[in-house]
Amino acid sequence: MLDWIRRLGAGWIQLFEKLGRGHLFLWKTLVGLPSVLVRPRLLLAQLFSVGVLSLMLIAVSGLFVGMVLALQGYNTLVDFSAEESLGVMVALSMVRELGPVVTALLFAGRAGSALTAEIGLMKATEQLSGMEMMAVDPLHRVIAPRFLAGFVSMPLLVAIFSAVGIWGGYFVGVGLLGVDEGAYWAQMQAKVDLHDDVLNGVIKSLVFGFVTTWIAVFEGYDTIPTSEGVSRATTRTVVHSAFAVLALDFVLTALMFGDN
Amino acid sequence: MKQTKTMEMLVGMFVAAGLAALFVLAMQVSNLSSFREEGSYTLIARFDNIGGLKVRSAVKAAGVVVGRVANVDFDNERQEAVVTMRINERYNRFTDDTSAGIYTAGLLGEQYIGLESGGSDEYLVDGSEIDAGLTQSAIVLEKLIGKLVMDKAGGQ
Repeated sequence: MLDWIRRLGAGWIQLFEKLGRGHLFLWKTLVGLPSVLVRPRLLLAQLFSVGVLSLMLIAVSGLFVGMVLALQGYNTLVDFSAEESLGVMVALSMVRELGPVVTALLFAGRAGSALTAEIGLMKATEQLSGMEMMAVDPLHRVIAPRFLAGFVSMPLLVAIFSAVGIWGGYFVGVGLLGVDEGAYWAQMQAKVDLHDDVLNGVIKSLVFGFVTTWIAVFEGYDTIPTSEGVSRATTRTVVHSAFAVLALDFVLTALMFGDN
Repeated sequence: MKQTKTMEMLVGMFVAAGLAALFVLAMQVSNLSSFREEGSYTLIARFDNIGGLKVRSAVKAAGVVVGRVANVDFDNERQEAVVTMRINERYNRFTDDTSAGIYTAGLLGEQYIGLESGGSDEYLVDGSEIDAGLTQSAIVLEKLIGKLVMDKAGGQ
């Protein structure tokens, strides 16, 4: 019994320790960000592996999500002979919710896990301590460029996802199902607001990019330096990112769209 | 070296594609192009009941969107709704006996304000108020049904 209580307490202490480490880590990373701007080549390499390599996945997923949305939406809307609103439905769902959320989930799976595994392996093979030995701060040299790359890539990926998805909805809705082309775009333009919808989507994507990249690089940096530790850290990245994104999405949606 | 060049180009293309997508979302998908940039002037109208009219609802004349509802307020003194509209300044030929009514687009559609010019020679200017006798409130379906039921009951 006493042992059980002790373990319970230890669990909480570990949780708070990790939370504290995570935030201190974030602070040091943010302080290290200016050093990235001095070496843009490091950022470029990370933008490539985080952004460009995720691009294909994001674009294809966006296309299919948009197509499915149009198909499903059409079947529902046609009963009320409101299929002209298909464009609005696809655009609003993409820009407000699906764009940021699905992109963030895919991003965590594609780029986040790779970041964690890479940094975790660097730690396991003592490359990070090697850098410290040479008086190079790994937070500046390794973590900060990756963090910045994730933060920059995410809004761009979300924008691509949403735009491709809306085109996918257009192909299915207008091309296959015969919704009027003018109505698809005109209703969309009438109902989608630049500030309320598009900008709020961008804000969401910035928040998600920040959080998923933070979780990914921190889990990598904080990993137990064994092969098992790296594998666990990678799993945690995906699980925690998904959890954080979905929970934050609810909070952000309540803040942004709650008042109407 | 060759590889770095390819990478640089791909990153450049990625950033460009992202920015282009943002641009498409802003221009093609949202309503940026309608009234934001152009000048507009304000009209005020008072209604007994505005139904489901909201800020950003359309203001139409002859079915064409000429402006948007900018603000909806309640006049405590006169117990009426005060609706402020922003009208595109290109459409400045509404006479001072213009009537305003709240209509519904379709059976279940959104509500909008319809403006209809009269025969006067004077035009409405920025800040003008539409004559109180010339505004028509929204038709509230429940009231209408209630009235109908009452009439039926009275007739028997």
